[in-house]
Amino acid sequence: MSILDCTALELARKIKAGQYTAIEAMEAVFERIGEKEEEYHCYITADKKSALERAAGVQKKIEAGELRGPLAGVPAAVKDNLCTKGMLTSCASKMLWNFVPSYSATAVENLERAGAVMIGKTNMDEFAMGSTTETSCHGVTRNPADPEHVPGGSSGGSAAAVALSECFMALGSDTGGSIRQPASHCGVVGLKPTYGTVSRYGLVAYASSLDQIGTLTKDVADGACLLEAVASYDQKDSTSVPEAARDFSEALREDVTGMRIGIPKDYFGEGLDQDVRCAVLAAAETLKKAGAAVEEFDLGMVQYAVPAYYTIATAEASSNLERFDGIKYGYRAEKVKDLHDMYKRTRSEGFGAEVKRRIMLGSFVLSSGYYDAYYLKALRTKALIKRAFDQAFEKYDLILGPVAPSTAPKLGESLSDPLKMYLGDIYTIAVNLAGLPGISVPCGKDKSGLPIGLQLIGDCFAEKKLIRAAYTYEKRKGLVAP
Amino acid sequence: MRGDYETVIGLEVHVELATKTKIFCGCSTAFGGEPNSHTCPVCTGMPGALPVLNRQVLEYAVAVGLATGCEITRDSKFDRKNYFYPDNPQNYQISQLYLPICRNGKVEIETGSGKKFVGIHEIHMEEDAGKLIHDERFQCSLVDHNRSGVPLIEIVSEPDMRSAEEVIAYLEKLRMLIRYLGASDCKLQEGSMRADVNLSVREAGKEELGTRTEMKNLNSFRAIIHAVENERERQIGLLAEGNSVVSETRRWDENKGCSYAMRSKEDARDYRYFPDPDLMPVHVSEEMLGEILAKQPEFRTEKIERFKREYDIPEYDIDIITESKQMADLFEETAALGGQPKKVSNWLMGETLRLLKERNMDAEDIRFSPGHLAALLSLVESKAITGSVAKEVFEKMFEEDVDPEVYVEERGLKTVYDEGRLREAVEKVLEENPRSAADYKGGKQRAIGFLVGQTMKAMKGKADPEQVNRMLREMLG
Repeated sequence: MSILDCTALELARKIKAGQYTAIEAMEAVFERIGEKEEEYHCYITADKKSALERAAGVQKKIEAGELRGPLAGVPAAVKDNLCTKGMLTSCASKMLWNFVPSYSATAVENLERAGAVMIGKTNMDEFAMGSTTETSCHGVTRNPADPEHVPGGSSGGSAAAVALSECFMALGSDTGGSIRQPASHCGVVGLKPTYGTVSRYGLVAYASSLDQIGTLTKDVADGACLLEAVASYDQKDSTSVPEAARDFSEALREDVTGMRIGIPKDYFGEGLDQDVRCAVLAAAETLKKAGAAVEEFDLGMVQYAVPAYYTIATAEASSNLERFDGIKYGYRAEKVKDLHDMYKRTRSEGFGAEVKRRIMLGSFVLSSGYYDAYYLKALRTKALIKRAFDQAFEKYDLILGPVAPSTAPKLGESLSDPLKMYLGDIYTIAVNLAGLPGISVPCGKDKSGLPIGLQLIGDCFAEKKLIRAAYTYEKRKGLVAP
Repeated sequence: MRGDYETVIGLEVHVELATKTKIFCGCSTAFGGEPNSHTCPVCTGMPGALPVLNRQVLEYAVAVGLATGCEITRDSKFDRKNYFYPDNPQNYQISQLYLPICRNGKVEIETGSGKKFVGIHEIHMEEDAGKLIHDERFQCSLVDHNRSGVPLIEIVSEPDMRSAEEVIAYLEKLRMLIRYLGASDCKLQEGSMRADVNLSVREAGKEELGTRTEMKNLNSFRAIIHAVENERERQIGLLAEGNSVVSETRRWDENKGCSYAMRSKEDARDYRYFPDPDLMPVHVSEEMLGEILAKQPEFRTEKIERFKREYDIPEYDIDIITESKQMADLFEETAALGGQPKKVSNWLMGETLRLLKERNMDAEDIRFSPGHLAALLSLVESKAITGSVAKEVFEKMFEEDVDPEVYVEERGLKTVYDEGRLREAVEKVLEENPRSAADYKGGKQRAIGFLVGQTMKAMKGKADPEQVNRMLREMLG
């Protein structure tokens, strides 16, 4: 078994046992990066020299007994929209092509405190706006299962890096499915916690009320432990929740006895790929056999999630992205006539097409005269969606469904029809609108061998149930014929 | 007929709160400092940085709201006001539009024409912007973010004022209340209080409001008075000639005594206000409200009444002493220590005010302690020092809060009652001023005054003039 075949937890155990060192692990990662990166392009920044220096520092601390955590010494990748002190944080945008933060995101600090070693920064859709990792100004990332396909997005670089063993684990961010969907497309585990679990301080905001940092890992146990490491109550983030339970590794038990799982009929209607439907329903069967009570129900409101999401997310984005003006940092247009011209040209040249589309959409829905009709209505819809979930969680511990209507599309297919791309988010975005935790676990492959993901959704702060069910499924899935 | 128009004025008053740190981060609000030295990722709008509300800002805003009779919004919210400008690091200002912290208040003002109430429409919390510095030499503009994120409250009045006099009375009332709360020093010149004047005119007796203008850049009460009068005349002039007033923002130029149009309200920017998703709704609990209420000081009106009951000093004194809480507290504490209210009042009304005025300071800047003032009073009372020495000691105390007893002791300023030393001094004065001595002996009573003065001078003020007088008369008699 090669070192790269280890999960994060296995690797950390072996490093602790002296079988490997953190330096060897990092060298193996860079060897893999050397082999695969040219074709798949998971990283925006990955500097071997400084990564090995960090690994050596961590190894010393492990040997000195200062770092004993379950992830100490494990090389990790970080999405490029998380601020990393002294390391380029571009959000895959020309606008921040040269931006090196003076501080690190709280989640990154937590990651380092746990002894994980940062490899570098992963590719993503520009400012996390997209579902394919094709809107990156640094070029596309390709799907590890088939390089003619996209890895999903926006955390496509992180998901593909995990799938290709270009890292042992990775951080991503999920605003409308940006962790779960690429995890599904790449065949890895993607965990998005309840809004307020991980501090957003240092996460370059796309849509503040929906953004949440989460994990992409090889298996559920790694996901639970990585999330436990990065989650914290943070006074620097007003939306951080103090009382949230964050001891996720506690839930790594193979037991779903008596667990009530609801399958929303609304998630299995028109537009859902047949292979995906079969794989997801087979997964439900596995959980049923393991002791869960599974039944179908009507969730409702599903058709309103996409319009509500694209109204709220773009409104917030239009304001969040105003700070990119060419004055303080990042790209600035040259030879400008005056201030207004500088703003206009900097933003026209610095942002890509999808980002500009969303800024325009968001500016429009917030405009005087349209605010009530669009933005306020979307907020009311959001509240109704939350209520629909609240009602569901009175009856069920978890909700089970697909992550995406189909497996990873071909490169170039999605951007030509943005509306179709937006509709691809239908099963993931309601979770963000309601602030719920969700996990994507591999549950099979389609006819062409592309991975399919199973989505489990929990009530707010019910990550432990989510993790327990996902863990159980992962252990049992090999035992049942699909 | 210009007299047939009524002026209608409403004010938007920005007050910089006296918190130690900024509204959404831990940076210092201290004035001065190297450009951009009081900054962090939050107040410079770095990607990924998030605001966290400074609780003291909320407490001050609620305290001002309670002092102005406002309803306190139990669940208020912050909104983003979006506009691009280089002094605004996020390109949106965090303010409150939809649910401001205070609403529907009123304050009573008094002018020559009597008392009336001015309504407060709302008070909201917001952040200040940075400062732009235009460098002519290098043809560029620089931004200093030290002021970015300094907490402000904006107090929006109803259009209830009818004259410059009422405007000033309203502003003085607000300033007094806010200073009593310690929520701000409210200095117009330094910008910790800024007032924008919304003014319109209408034919007397008409209900409907005329088109208003908003006047900015008013840095003193005097500028406000001039601007109100000038704008009133300008608008009446326009209407009288059959023209109409344009709804616009104007900038007052105090040096030239006139205003200029800055921008029309017609092409007003769309600020695309929406609730700031980075901040949670601000909840004011019953408990918090109770705590703030308990901390509210006794305001001036009640204080005046109580002083009238408790202290035997003229109403005129009470009026002046209670203009600031610092002065009133100083008075009470000193009187409690020394028990001579009228004497304390005299020192405050006399020397203290004189030095404050001379140094262009406010009562809030007083540094000497009531204990030291009481000690000084007792030195005078016991005749340990003379009045002129007391003034000298007081000045030192005013500047450095020295302990008067120690200071008097160290400098040897105590009055000399020793007959021998006095006699020596008097003899020397008589020797040096034989003419005056002769004049007195010749019956010119007035000459004795001069000789007393000379002796006091020789004694550097440290003698009892009565004793000197007596001794001179004896020696010449």
